[in-house]
Amino acid sequence: MEQAYTISVFTENKIGLLNRITIIFTRRKINVESLTVSESGISKDIFRFTVVIRTTPDYIGKVVKQIEKQIDVLKAFYYEDKDIIYQEIAMYKMPTSVLAKSEVVEKIVRNNNARILTIEEEFVVIEKTGHEDETQQLLEALRPYGLLSFARSGRVAIAKPMKPLALHLKELQEANS
Amino acid sequence: MTTSTFSEKPKFIEDSAFDLGEAVSFVEQPILEKKNISGAEAVILSLIAEQVEAVFGYPGGAIMPVYDALHGYNDKLKHYLVRHEQGATHAAQGYARVAKRAGVCFATSGPGATNLITGIADAMIDSTPLVCITGQVARHLLGTDAFQETDVIGISMPVTKWNFQVTRADEIAEAIAKAFYIAESGRPGPVLIDITKNAQIEMCDFVYRKCTRVRSYVPQLPIKMKAINEAAELINHAQKPMFLIGQGIILSQAQEELKKVLEKSGAPAASTLLGLSALSHTHPNYVGYLGMHGNYGPNVKSNEADVIIAVGMRFDDRVTGDLKTYLKKAKIIHIEIDPAEIDKNVKTDVAIISDAKEALIALLPKLKQKTYPEWMAEFKECDRIEKEKVLDKDFAPNTEKIKMAEVIKMLSEKTKGKAIIVTDVGQHQMTTTRYYQFEQTQSNITSGGLGTMGFALPASIGAKIGRQDREVIAIIGDGGFQMTLQELGVIMQYEVGVKIVILNNSFLGMVRQWQQLFFEKRYSFTEMHNPNFVKLAEAYNIPAKKLEKREDMSNVLDLMLDHKGSFLLEIVVEKEDNVFPMVPAGASVSNIRLE
Repeated sequence: MEQAYTISVFTENKIGLLNRITIIFTRRKINVESLTVSESGISKDIFRFTVVIRTTPDYIGKVVKQIEKQIDVLKAFYYEDKDIIYQEIAMYKMPTSVLAKSEVVEKIVRNNNARILTIEEEFVVIEKTGHEDETQQLLEALRPYGLLSFARSGRVAIAKPMKPLALHLKELQEANS
Repeated sequence: MTTSTFSEKPKFIEDSAFDLGEAVSFVEQPILEKKNISGAEAVILSLIAEQVEAVFGYPGGAIMPVYDALHGYNDKLKHYLVRHEQGATHAAQGYARVAKRAGVCFATSGPGATNLITGIADAMIDSTPLVCITGQVARHLLGTDAFQETDVIGISMPVTKWNFQVTRADEIAEAIAKAFYIAESGRPGPVLIDITKNAQIEMCDFVYRKCTRVRSYVPQLPIKMKAINEAAELINHAQKPMFLIGQGIILSQAQEELKKVLEKSGAPAASTLLGLSALSHTHPNYVGYLGMHGNYGPNVKSNEADVIIAVGMRFDDRVTGDLKTYLKKAKIIHIEIDPAEIDKNVKTDVAIISDAKEALIALLPKLKQKTYPEWMAEFKECDRIEKEKVLDKDFAPNTEKIKMAEVIKMLSEKTKGKAIIVTDVGQHQMTTTRYYQFEQTQSNITSGGLGTMGFALPASIGAKIGRQDREVIAIIGDGGFQMTLQELGVIMQYEVGVKIVILNNSFLGMVRQWQQLFFEKRYSFTEMHNPNFVKLAEAYNIPAKKLEKREDMSNVLDLMLDHKGSFLLEIVVEKEDNVFPMVPAGASVSNIRLE
């Protein structure tokens, strides 16, 4: 049975590495559901990829080993949803008039624990962080009131297991000395 | 002064608290230095610093500065002008496999670079170290669809172990040092360095230091003694153990260690296609060759073994057949340097992630001295059956034309199993690997994983250049020969003394065999009307002969082998001969067909 997996990849900051990682999925006909790349907390030149894919329990380990095999990849991990705390961020652009005219939209924002980032003359931008179903729910709720634009980020995730990355990296360094 | 409120040993380490060290490390002492030289000269000096002896390549616009710099170093770096860039990669592969180090190729941008791809893919799947250097359009032209611009970094990414684009002259030395380190360490593989033209022209101060470490890359994990102990325990208690040996033995130079382990454990050993010649075919523990057209015994008996020790092999589908029925009675020990190979195709019970040599050294003292006369006798019995059903037919002179098997048997006898045998892909390849009795290691050069027709002729050139002291014989089908025959020009120009045997059945024989067996004899586009190979060879100044009669075979083979320098021998063989045994694709190895 296919299920969602979140893959965390710690890499050197190298041009083309994104391509090297995605072709591992492409070759195996795996779709990338979400992808976030940014500088990691470890140091400025170490980057973190967070990739969400759907595959089988049997296959995920093999795919992650192929990622870790890439020269510029330090370490790759995979998690089921229950093993991580994860969030996505969504932004919703709405006409300012709908807020002015009725309290409904304000209530929706309040009930969804969303917040208003900016109010311009013509539009407001609402922000919500949460799981995809939560940001989606807010999207459906706001849509009837004239949604102008919507954007959602990829997933970011923190693993629950307490073995810190530093220990993994130490092992890596010892193996490589 | 403040007092820390934390205990002396913090429970958790912050991720950021760990120093990873330098991204890439180099030996402090430079091997070679030169001030104010062009990037192109830096390329050449880098190769000289790596003690490269041979480069296979083809010039063109974007790599002309490198070729210009090469002109001044002809005495230190020998360049072979191939006739097509695919030939450069295959020649470099042939060189790498016999010379135990990375083969080097040059190509220009665009079509030059894309022509390398087949050979790079072949090297990737067969773990052959290559350093490919391509020219690229100037930095400011990248992405403009400039003349002969192609995204070779993007194109080669899936088939290289690592690749990198150099856009400044001062990056060249480090990029090439890293390239050699990555190509040759761990599980070897091809790397590609793409150098923009401006970087070749710009001046730089050149300092070459050998690369010793890339922090994100672990070529070899430290051996885990727990796994060694578990493996030894399984082997020592086995009733029917069996070794499956692959190219990892040759790559890690573990031939002697393998022999010791086999002789102590008493277990039989079967080889994969690329593992051939790792163990002498006359060694008492050697029971034959695995795979689709391998020997009967190793194929069927692997499914009866109770402990399988796979060393430096990757359970290719041509070896395993149907995975659902493969090795179901056995506990499986997998000794493999690449962690990604563990459990990829076959689930292992004990994984030893290590290079074959170190693992075998660690394993040897833990093994009990044992013998398995009854188990070995089962292989002998299989050999008897295979002889009766297959060999006797293959060698019986009962056909009008010569059979491939007869040629290989005689060639094996005449060369005493000591030649470097380079094969292409197809029936002749399977027949050669079945019947050539490899006595000496590093003698089997073939395109295994990718099955690249056209491989043999250029690969044999590289092999001969890498080992001038040894007899190199390319055995090629009439189809494969015509895919890269232009490389006869290299043999002519540089007087490369390879012997070329074309086994001509006027068919794409293996495809025809499949059409006969699985497509009701619908011979769709497999029959070939061939040119006069002898005249072709003579056009290239290569002595040649055509052999058609069985009674002339011995004399003609002697003539070829005794000839100093290159020689082409076309042997007209049976048109519709089949290679047996055969495990039909997707079938269980237990259901190997003998006829």
